[in-house]
Amino acid sequence: MKQLILITTIMVTQLSLAQAEPATVNEVMNQFITQGASRGNAEKGKSLWNTSYAGQAPFTERSCQSCHGKDLTQPGKHVRTGKLIKPLAPSANKNSLNDAKKINKWFKRNCKWTLGRECNTQDKADILSYISQQ
Amino acid sequence: MKQTILIIGLIITAIATLPVVFSDDDWREYKQLSLGVSAISDPLYKEECGSCHMAYPPGLLPAASWQKMMLGLEDHFGDNAEIAAEDHQLITQFLTKNSADDSSYRRSRRIVNSLKQTDVPLRISATPYFLHEHDEIPDRLVSKNDKVKSFSNCNACHQQAEQGMFDEHSIRIPGHGRWDD
Repeated sequence: MKQLILITTIMVTQLSLAQAEPATVNEVMNQFITQGASRGNAEKGKSLWNTSYAGQAPFTERSCQSCHGKDLTQPGKHVRTGKLIKPLAPSANKNSLNDAKKINKWFKRNCKWTLGRECNTQDKADILSYISQQ
Repeated sequence: MKQTILIIGLIITAIATLPVVFSDDDWREYKQLSLGVSAISDPLYKEECGSCHMAYPPGLLPAASWQKMMLGLEDHFGDNAEIAAEDHQLITQFLTKNSADDSSYRRSRRIVNSLKQTDVPLRISATPYFLHEHDEIPDRLVSKNDKVKSFSNCNACHQQAEQGMFDEHSIRIPGHGRWDD
């Protein structure tokens, strides 16, 4: 009986640990849904990720890949400064997507630079969904 | 002979009065003066300003420059670098407090002294002191060097830049090696 309790405890602990990471993603996703978006679609997010947008010289063609690369499990490189950027994929970087404030900050800044406008909540929900599955 | 005694006497007197001339504070100041710029950092500053580029030691620019820069983060040298209002305030305070203006560190003093009072440079690499220190470095070692790319990447060559040290001994130019003036 004692063993059973122990095993159950371990299993429950592991389950809650496994859920610890996407908790932030869920929290932010729910914010987007509250603001009118439907639940993120990873396929649409992927397509946004790979789309190029026109920008001012010297970076006349801009996409998320400009700095983060195509494979999110690999480190990126800041297109202007050359500084290494840690992988965005949670599977490769446990610190990725674990801070709601950071997620919102980078969406704001990077959408403005890359797309030339702020992303709408649906764009953000889709991109978040795509990144979180990498 | 009398002259020799006089000289020895003078030397002894000079040595004996040294501790009086250099009080503890003076020594501390001397030590600081011999260093580059203050190595002070701050976790928030490092996080918010060190993600895309090196977190430049605040002692590399005067307060007016930092304040002007913080008011233009929407177009930060061509990038968007907006941050949350509360972080903005804390970082501006940190940069102002630790700017080159009131610093006793040698290179901070030289940067400030190289500026006219009306100068508010946004680029460290545009200060007269910086330009003077780098005027002999050919393009092939910096802008045409893929591992350096720009004078903005201090730590590409100055191995201890983030610790505020910019002396010649700690310079290693990628693809070139040491730099001797």
